[in-house]
Amino acid sequence: MSIPRPQLAVSAVSTENARSEAKSVEIKDLSAWYGPKLAIEGVTISILPNTVTAIIGPSGCGKSTLVRCINRMHEVVASARVAGKVLLDGEDIYAPGIDPVMVRRRIGMVFQRANPFPTMSIFDNVASGLKLNGLADRRTLPAVVERSLRQAALWEEVKDKLGHAGTALSGGQQQRLCIARALAVEPDVLLMDEPASALDPVATLKIEELMQELKRDYTIVIVTHNMQQAARVSEYTAFMLAGEDRVGRLIEYGETSRIFTNPKDRRTEDYITGRFG
Amino acid sequence: MDVYQGSNHMRRKIANAVMLGLAGLATALAILLLFSVLGYVLIQGGSAINLDFFTQLPKPVGEPGGGMANAIVGTLILLGIASLIALPIGIGAGIYLAELGSGRLGTTVRFVTDVLTGIPSITIGIFAYTLLVLPMRSFSTLAGGFALAIIMIPTVTRATEEMLKLVPSSLREASLALGIPYWKTVLRVVVPAAMGGIVTGATLAVARAGGETAPLLFTAFGNHFWSLSLNRPIAALPLQVFVYAISPYDDWRAQAWAGALVLVGMVLVINLVARFFVRGTRMQ
Repeated sequence: MSIPRPQLAVSAVSTENARSEAKSVEIKDLSAWYGPKLAIEGVTISILPNTVTAIIGPSGCGKSTLVRCINRMHEVVASARVAGKVLLDGEDIYAPGIDPVMVRRRIGMVFQRANPFPTMSIFDNVASGLKLNGLADRRTLPAVVERSLRQAALWEEVKDKLGHAGTALSGGQQQRLCIARALAVEPDVLLMDEPASALDPVATLKIEELMQELKRDYTIVIVTHNMQQAARVSEYTAFMLAGEDRVGRLIEYGETSRIFTNPKDRRTEDYITGRFG
Repeated sequence: MDVYQGSNHMRRKIANAVMLGLAGLATALAILLLFSVLGYVLIQGGSAINLDFFTQLPKPVGEPGGGMANAIVGTLILLGIASLIALPIGIGAGIYLAELGSGRLGTTVRFVTDVLTGIPSITIGIFAYTLLVLPMRSFSTLAGGFALAIIMIPTVTRATEEMLKLVPSSLREASLALGIPYWKTVLRVVVPAAMGGIVTGATLAVARAGGETAPLLFTAFGNHFWSLSLNRPIAALPLQVFVYAISPYDDWRAQAWAGALVLVGMVLVINLVARFFVRGTRMQ
């Protein structure tokens, strides 16, 4: 008897705003290692579609590691390893036979430091995901690029210089360019690993406003060490903390309003009231 | 208060001045040597160079005039063949070392490459002689290009590796996170980002190979006539310079200087052309 291989289809590229539904993400008893070192242990979180979920916690609590496990970027690091399950719309992305490349096409990621491709123009940066995957249709590509840049609230600022270098933009613009690049491949989920921590307050505000727009179409998970930011942008918040053993664990997870006003765990309260971290 | 004027302070100032002076002297000597070589080549070669030098074949002994047109073309052909062999191998090996070479095989390849860099070029000439000239029963362009390629490969390999390692890992991650497969990430994102350095490394290798004489002595061999054939002996500038420079004839020795000048000029032009092309690859 053969077990049917799970299929992760890459959705056909549409040029309109209408797109596939945002998807839920369920993290079940997830642990991750770097070589022999356990980094996070036993994390279980259910993330609803079309919400912004913030992962907060002090440095070294494993919040970046957790978010990198959601699109299988964790295993890019040599000797890194994962146990547990991550269900995207009910499908385990760590099941045997699942290609991590396909997972990453459905779960996009934005990094702490804006990292546009230095050899490419603004247009090519946005188009890169489709072009390099051989999914680009020459006729619809300009429309896809425009739609992605509009979604990332960058279109008006760059529409007259699409041929310029992506790296010539300001830091905040570069980060929105990276968001547009991630959106162009039409992911179901968007992961953001401290997307505004290297930006000034004005650029940060733009990114935060953008997230409110984007959650209508996407499920968003944001890692942040900025508690105010988590309170501003998210519906749900997960608080992580590393103990004496320096292994990150989930301390509390729930609606943001409750976590910030009525935390159940003493450590959550200590952290959000600024007693440590 | 003479806290700021103690004997320690004086001693430091003197030591500083002395060391600065020594470093400056060393720099001046290095530059002086370089410029005296260039200047001498320019003066000696410049007086012997003329249009005929670029368009004429060498004249027999006793006849004045003539040029090294065949040697100039010969060197270009040899470098072209060497590049065709060495660049794909060297760049490919460099990509392997940078992206996958963390294991034992990578360490071995890196070690062998470094050893290869240090092998005397005459040895590489003998190798090419044994491998190609003897079985083909003829000195040949192919053997000369092959010998030069072996000299170029380690330089290209290590330059490629170093340049790829300078590409920040955040670029690799950005590409992988878009669902771009690893091999495409390397070829379309990482390598283009390092292209400037790779081309510079390749240029240095070509420049070095262009001046090599020893490996050509018994591979390309030299030729007083036109030859574009791959399996015949071919003229090369360094060989011609060597033969002319040790000859007893004044006009030949003058032409040897002109040949040296042209060789220096070719290296310069190759450098400039490479730089010009690299400028376009990085968006500014």
